[in-house]
Amino acid sequence: MLRVVMSRLIVAVLVAVTVAVVGFSLLRLSGDLAAELAGEGATPAEIESARVKHGLDRPLPVQFARWSIDLASGDLGRSLFSGEPVADMIRTRLPVTLKLAVYALLVSIGLGIPLGMIAAMHPRSWIDRLSLVTAVLGQAVPSFWLALVLIVVFGVMLRWTPISGSDTAAHFILPTVTLAASSLPGLMRLTRSGMLDALATDYVRTARAKGLAERTLVAVHALPNALLPVLALAAVQLGTLLGGSVIVESVFALDGIGLLAYRSILRGDFPVVQSLLIFVALAYTALTLLADIANAIIDPRIRLG
Amino acid sequence: MSDEPIPEPRWRIRLRRTLRHGGFMAGAVILALAVLLAVFAPLLAPHDPYAQDLSRRLLPPAWDAAGGWVHPLGTDHLGRDYLSRLILGSRVSLAVGFAATLIAGVVGSTLGLLGGYFGGRVDAVVMYVIATRLSLPGILTALALLSVVKGSLTAVIAVLGFLLWDRFALVVRSATQQVRSQDYVAAAVAVGSTQARILRRDVLPNIMSPLIVVVTLEMAAAILAEASLSFLGLGVPPPTASWGLLVSEGRSFMFFKPYLIVLPGTLIIVLVIAINMLGDGLRDLASPIDSGEP
Repeated sequence: MLRVVMSRLIVAVLVAVTVAVVGFSLLRLSGDLAAELAGEGATPAEIESARVKHGLDRPLPVQFARWSIDLASGDLGRSLFSGEPVADMIRTRLPVTLKLAVYALLVSIGLGIPLGMIAAMHPRSWIDRLSLVTAVLGQAVPSFWLALVLIVVFGVMLRWTPISGSDTAAHFILPTVTLAASSLPGLMRLTRSGMLDALATDYVRTARAKGLAERTLVAVHALPNALLPVLALAAVQLGTLLGGSVIVESVFALDGIGLLAYRSILRGDFPVVQSLLIFVALAYTALTLLADIANAIIDPRIRLG
Repeated sequence: MSDEPIPEPRWRIRLRRTLRHGGFMAGAVILALAVLLAVFAPLLAPHDPYAQDLSRRLLPPAWDAAGGWVHPLGTDHLGRDYLSRLILGSRVSLAVGFAATLIAGVVGSTLGLLGGYFGGRVDAVVMYVIATRLSLPGILTALALLSVVKGSLTAVIAVLGFLLWDRFALVVRSATQQVRSQDYVAAAVAVGSTQARILRRDVLPNIMSPLIVVVTLEMAAAILAEASLSFLGLGVPPPTASWGLLVSEGRSFMFFKPYLIVLPGTLIIVLVIAINMLGDGLRDLASPIDSGEP
C-alpha cells in the first residue's frame, strides 16, 4: 500500500510543479507585464523602472524561482486593476464557490446514489429508464443554457427563486440545480454499474442462497463494494465543480472564484487568472490524491496487495 | 448435395444488425442531416445571415400574429434573419466537433498507445502528462488561453483539441495493455516485426472499437465546450453565427422572446444526444456477431 501511495504522491508533486510552470508561462505570454504594472499611458522610462522594480529584467529562471518562493509563502501578487492582493481576492470569494460546489455535490450524491441503486436492482424498470434518460439529458444540456431556462421558468415566470446574486441561501437554489445536473449523471451511472457488478458476484449469490434478506444483502454485501469507485469519483468531481462553476457563477452573478476568474479573463487581469488556475489545479490534484489514498486504505485488494 | 441452407454472409448479418439498431440509426440519421445542413447552409438559408437591417430589428416569428413568412423565425437584434443564422450555426458546431476531436484523438491515442504498449518508464511519463492535463480545469484553461490568443474558429479548435485528449489517452492506454498480452502480438514479435509495424498492424486495428466510442463522446464534449466558450464571449467571435453565441445574443430578450434561446439550445442538445446515441449504438454493434441474435 505504501508503494501505491508513494507513487501517487510523487506524481501529484510533479503535477503541482508543472502546473506552476504552466501558470508562470501564461502570465509571461499574456503580454508585457512591466507595461501592465506601470499602468496606462506610462512613459517608456516608467515602464523600464517598473521592470527593474518588479525584477522583470532578470533572467526567466531567476524570475521563476522568486515567483515560486512567493507562491509557496502565499503571496500571489496583486491585481493589475484594483491593486488588491490576489490571495485576499480569492479568500473572500472562495466560501461562495465552496458552498455552491458542496451543495451541488450533496444533491448529486443524494439523488444519484439511490437512483443508481434502484435502477440496478430493477433493471429495465421505469426507474431504470428514467435514470438513463436523466443521464443522457444531463450530459447533453449545456449548463449555460439550463441556467437561463431555469431563470426564465422559476425566477421570472413562477417567481419562486431569486435569479442573481449570492446574498441568501435561496440564491443558491438555481445555481446548485444547474451545477448538480452536470455531476449527477456520472455518479448515478457509476453507482448503477457498480451495483450490477456487485450483485452478480459469487459472494452475493452465496449470501442469497443462504437465505439472507434482500435488504441486508444489498446494504452489507453489495453496496460497500459498489460505492468505493463512486466515492472516488465524488472527490474528483468536487475538484471539477470548483473549476466548472465559471459558467454557472457568471450566469447567476454569484460572486465566487468562478465569476472572479471570468471577469479577470475579460479584463486581462492575468495575475488573478494565473493564481486561480493554479489554485484550482492544486485543489483538484490534492482531492484526487486523497481519493486514491482513501481507496488504498479501504480496499483490501490494494491495502494488502 | 446437402440441403443445408447457404450461411448468410457476415457483412449482411452486420448490415441487418446495424439497420435494426434503433438508437444507432436515429443518431446516424440526425448527424447526417446536421452535416447536410452545414454543407449546404448557404443554399438552405433564406437570407444572407450577415445582412443587417436596423429598420427590421426583432421581427416576430411566423407563429406570431404580427409575424410573416419572409422571416419564418423573425429577425435578431440587428435585423438579421434568425433562421439563416441558426442554419449557419451548424457549421461552427460540426467544424469544431470534427476538427477538435481529430486533434484530440491523434494526441491522446498516440500517448495512450505509447504508454500502454511500452509500459514502464514510458508509461509513467504518459500517466504524469495525463494527470497534469486532468488537473487543469477545462473551461477555465480554455478561456484563459483564448483570451491570450484572441478567439477565432481556428483558435477554438486548437485549444479544445489540446484540452480534450485525456479520455482518448486513458481508454487507448488500457485497451493497448490488453491487446499487448495477446498471442498475436507475441507472434508478431517472434517473426521479427518492427515496433512501429506491430503498433500499426496489430495493436491499432484491435483497439478501434473503444476508440470509436471515445470519438463520439469527445465530439459531443467539443460541441458543448465550443457553445459554452462562444456563449461566454471568448469562443467564435461575432458576427459568425454559433449556437452558443446565438443564446448569448438572445439572452437580453429571453423574457419576451424565449424562442431566441430555446431554439439554438435545443439544436445543441439534439445534436449532442444524436452523437451519444451513435456512440452507444457503435458499442453495441461492435460486440461479437455470434453472441445474441443472429
